[in-house]
Amino acid sequence: MGASAQLQQQLSHIHNQHLLKVYEKQIGPKRAFFSVQAYRHWLSKAFVAWVLGTCCIALWIYNYMDEDSKLRRKELLESMCDQRARMLQDQFIVSVNHVHALAILVSSFHYFKNPSAIDQATFAEYTARTAFERPLLSGVAYAERVPNSEREEFERKHGWTIKTMQREASPIRDEYAPVILSQETVSYIQSIDMMSGEEDRDNILRARSTGTAVITGPFRLLGSHHLGVVLTFPVYKSKLPPSSTEQQRIEATAGYLGGAFDVESLVENLLGQLAGNQAILVNVYDVTNSSDPLIMYGHEDQAGDMSLVLESKLDFRDPFRRHKMVCRYHDDAPWNSSAIVTTILFSMTGILVGYILYGAGNHIVRIEDERNEMEELKSRAEAADVAKSQFLATVSHEIRTPMNGVLGMLALLLDTDLSSTQRDYAQTAQACGKALITLINEVLDRAKIEAGKLDLETVPFDLRSVVDDVLSLFSEKSRNKGIELAVFVSDNVPELVVGDPGRFRQVITNLVGNSVKFTERGHIFLRVHLEEHAKAVTDSKANISSTLNDEESDESMLLSGSQQSTTLSGSEAADEWDSWDTFKYFVAEEGFTMNGSSNGGTSYEEATGNVITLRVCVEDTGIGIPLTAQDRVFMPFMQADSSTSRTYGGTGIGLSISKCLVELMGGQIKFVSRPHVGSTFTFTAVLGRCEKNAVNKTEKKRNAEDLPSSFKGLKVVIVDAKPVRAAVTRYHLKRLGIVVEVASSVKVAANTLAPGKSSQPDIVLVEKDTWFSGEERCSPVWPVDREQNGHISTQKLPKMILIATNISKSEVERAKEAGFEDTVIMKPLRASMVAACLQQVLGTGRKKSQGKGSSSYLQSLLCGKKILVVDDNRVNRRVAAGALKKFGANVECADSGKAALELLQIPHGFDACFMDIQMPEMDGFEATRRIRQMEKQANEQLEAEGSIAEEGKDGWHLPVLAMTADVIHATYDECVKSGMDGYVSKPFEEQNLYQAVAKFFQDKPISGS
Amino acid sequence: MDVIQMQRTWVEYTKSLYREGFLDSQFAQLQLLQDESNPDFVVEVVSLFFEDSERLLNDLTKVIDQQQGVDFKKVDAHVHQLKGSSSSIGAQRVKNACVAFRSFCDEQNIEGSLRCLHQVKQEYYLVKNKLENLFSLEQKIVAAGGSVPVDELGFL
Repeated sequence: MGASAQLQQQLSHIHNQHLLKVYEKQIGPKRAFFSVQAYRHWLSKAFVAWVLGTCCIALWIYNYMDEDSKLRRKELLESMCDQRARMLQDQFIVSVNHVHALAILVSSFHYFKNPSAIDQATFAEYTARTAFERPLLSGVAYAERVPNSEREEFERKHGWTIKTMQREASPIRDEYAPVILSQETVSYIQSIDMMSGEEDRDNILRARSTGTAVITGPFRLLGSHHLGVVLTFPVYKSKLPPSSTEQQRIEATAGYLGGAFDVESLVENLLGQLAGNQAILVNVYDVTNSSDPLIMYGHEDQAGDMSLVLESKLDFRDPFRRHKMVCRYHDDAPWNSSAIVTTILFSMTGILVGYILYGAGNHIVRIEDERNEMEELKSRAEAADVAKSQFLATVSHEIRTPMNGVLGMLALLLDTDLSSTQRDYAQTAQACGKALITLINEVLDRAKIEAGKLDLETVPFDLRSVVDDVLSLFSEKSRNKGIELAVFVSDNVPELVVGDPGRFRQVITNLVGNSVKFTERGHIFLRVHLEEHAKAVTDSKANISSTLNDEESDESMLLSGSQQSTTLSGSEAADEWDSWDTFKYFVAEEGFTMNGSSNGGTSYEEATGNVITLRVCVEDTGIGIPLTAQDRVFMPFMQADSSTSRTYGGTGIGLSISKCLVELMGGQIKFVSRPHVGSTFTFTAVLGRCEKNAVNKTEKKRNAEDLPSSFKGLKVVIVDAKPVRAAVTRYHLKRLGIVVEVASSVKVAANTLAPGKSSQPDIVLVEKDTWFSGEERCSPVWPVDREQNGHISTQKLPKMILIATNISKSEVERAKEAGFEDTVIMKPLRASMVAACLQQVLGTGRKKSQGKGSSSYLQSLLCGKKILVVDDNRVNRRVAAGALKKFGANVECADSGKAALELLQIPHGFDACFMDIQMPEMDGFEATRRIRQMEKQANEQLEAEGSIAEEGKDGWHLPVLAMTADVIHATYDECVKSGMDGYVSKPFEEQNLYQAVAKFFQDKPISGS
Repeated sequence: MDVIQMQRTWVEYTKSLYREGFLDSQFAQLQLLQDESNPDFVVEVVSLFFEDSERLLNDLTKVIDQQQGVDFKKVDAHVHQLKGSSSSIGAQRVKNACVAFRSFCDEQNIEGSLRCLHQVKQEYYLVKNKLENLFSLEQKIVAAGGSVPVDELGFL
């Protein structure tokens, strides 16, 4: 039991993985995130603010850079101005010093020497030769002080009269200052009285009183008309002490030495020598009278950069006069290109970055908007999907309830006395209703799978009987259509597997149903193999086939006898896999010539592990699937094309459900299809292997169910030209425990039957086609053969039975003439059906227990059994009890689920329990679940005590059968799910009861009595 | 009336009951279940049915006549019971009426339920009457020393 629980876990794990995958697809990962969404309205404002900020910063940068350059410009101007002023001043002072030196010269050689050592010629020459020392002075001259009293003597001495500036004879004044010595350049002022000019007179007076050099204000010079100033030095007769008074100096004055400074050319010259001359404008002013500056150099109205003006002081060593130099730039300050470029670049970069951020923000917002929209759409779509599933489920359920009534009524109606037409109508209605219920169940399934609500069971079941059941569903249809329907389960497949029989069956039913629907001729072949085995065979096939070809060639010539395909019916199939070439390896491995009753199911038992993978193939020779439609075969509600549903009906939901189911079972489904040739659907499924002890127990169950064991040891010869078909027949016979030999033709069989052979077969099964195709040739041989046999051992004559898909009356007659039995085994073959036919032929008296006489059989089953009937309805209880008592059962009743549970406390003596489903308080499902729970606990306890093995018991498992009036599939599902073993319809019917009960009591019929 | 006459009447009467749909094959099953070891089985079951049904019908009438809101769950449970027992004894027409009744219960349709209740009652009393007649006939047969000719209802 522990192992089986493990197995269940394993299987459910596999299934859960698939469920998980489905869920993952449905539920996307949800994540929290920070979003600019919250700030979306600030986005444009932030952008504007950003741009403004950028502009401000740019302006600041510009100002900063501009300020810097202005400062530097100013400094430059300052230094240039100062430099100019200093040079001008220096040059001026140098000249003044020279004039001073001349003054000293004149005093030394004119006055201190007697007679004078200097005359006009000497002075002129000396000054001319030393003119390079005084480049600023246009010329120098010496004027002597002459008082009016000495004028006449002076004029006489020199021989000319004193003249005024206007070159007229000077009027009488207090004193005069006529020029007596002059440089050649200014010789025109010879004899002119310097005191006659206002400027000069002031100058002279100031010079002799101060004793230093003095200069005049600027005026137009006589010669050049340049602006200039006159420098005047006093010359004294005697050496004066430094502390001499003004009066002393005036009295000691002998004359005046003067020089004209051509300021304009002086400055012009000077500036010409300096760099940057063009860049700046220089003006020189005499600002002695500060309110009225007199220009000495430059033009007052000259244009220029008036914004930046710098002044430098000039000191020309004349304390009375003050001068200044004014400098400014010639041009306005140029635009600061680097600052502008930097600023522009910066602001552009800033704005660009801002715009990018803004754009990105906008983009994010937009994308997020879209995402939100999409998410909402998605959630709406999902909601719609869920709603759809719910709607489907609800509506299906709602439809089922009234349909239940309709079907019930129809069943009742059919029970009444009806005319044949009415019966036909009612039957049609019932069939339609059942089809509708099936469809609704399918839709419901689909919805359940989509909602992830479908759980697979894990119960042991007999795969072969499931497959047989499916076959029996379609036998009628396939017979009518004349197509051959066959099933083959490989011997390697265990008798019992663990899984969900209902769902497994559903998939197979769907596939076979499709095949039957779409096939008009040929065959449908359902095969079940172990996946690893199938793989091994396909792999090895390529290798072996070449080597085997030689030895097989004779046989295959005999076998096929024509160019037909070696498939089941001879029609070509879509997948070559099925042809005899491959198939024989499966069969070969299992021993084609059957020897004794060896149980093939154990041959692969050593393959350990609890899980097996089955491969199920459904092959048909139908219309196939158009290539264009092949990729949407598994999509729900998709059929190959719209005309398909018109021609063949159906909704196209089946395959999609099958796919889902197969995936839930941990397998895959795929197909190969060729239009007009056929389709082969193959799916795999992972199922559990049933444990040994469980096998023992349920093997009996299987036998009890349908396969009588009385055929064990019978010998049968199968005559069939088609090996695949023969293998199928052999498979079914083998299940009955029959020893089988195969002959490919009647002739071969006749040889086997030749006299002298020790082991005569009991039965010869002949395939109809093989018989009639070979009839002309063989019919003479066969009867003769028979007759020969006849007189050797009459009682041991093998019975001859025909196997056919469909057979006409005349053919039956002909067969009878040839010595066949009346009974023809009709295909599709099923073990139980074959058994029934054989019984009929062999005449074993089993009919009684099989057919109508089941009541006595039932009696033997139920006799002495202690059975609990649970129903809340007294009448029902009484009737059920009465029915069971009739068969000799010992019946106890309980009127509720609770009462039943009390009676069923372990240990109890009940052999079975019939449980009503719909009861107040605790319904049948719940009660059963509790029972199972109790049993589980008890079993675990037993297991812990280790008492199971010694008692030879399998633990507690009370068969619980549901009693229900509900004929709906889902109810059955529910029954199985809650742990019930089956159900009987209410009210009791003998046949139904027999079927349900037989499963559980066959294995120990005598134990009770 | 001699026994054979009575037996013939019984057979005819029974057949008419089937024909008119009062009974169905389930009743025949019940008859088959009755044998020497259990001679009064049918009568026992049917009287159980009568008891139950009368109780259920009373309850139903009470529940449905309630002024403040009908508890359809209760009604449905009762009708389910009635349907179960009627189908168990094969009282077909009662059962059919119950089926219709339940669908009205699902719809919570008071009017329909009332109508159905009447119909169920009617059918019930009809079948009760018929069965009582049948049983009294049987008693007479037995009293006259004959046996109930169940085997003659061969068509079932």
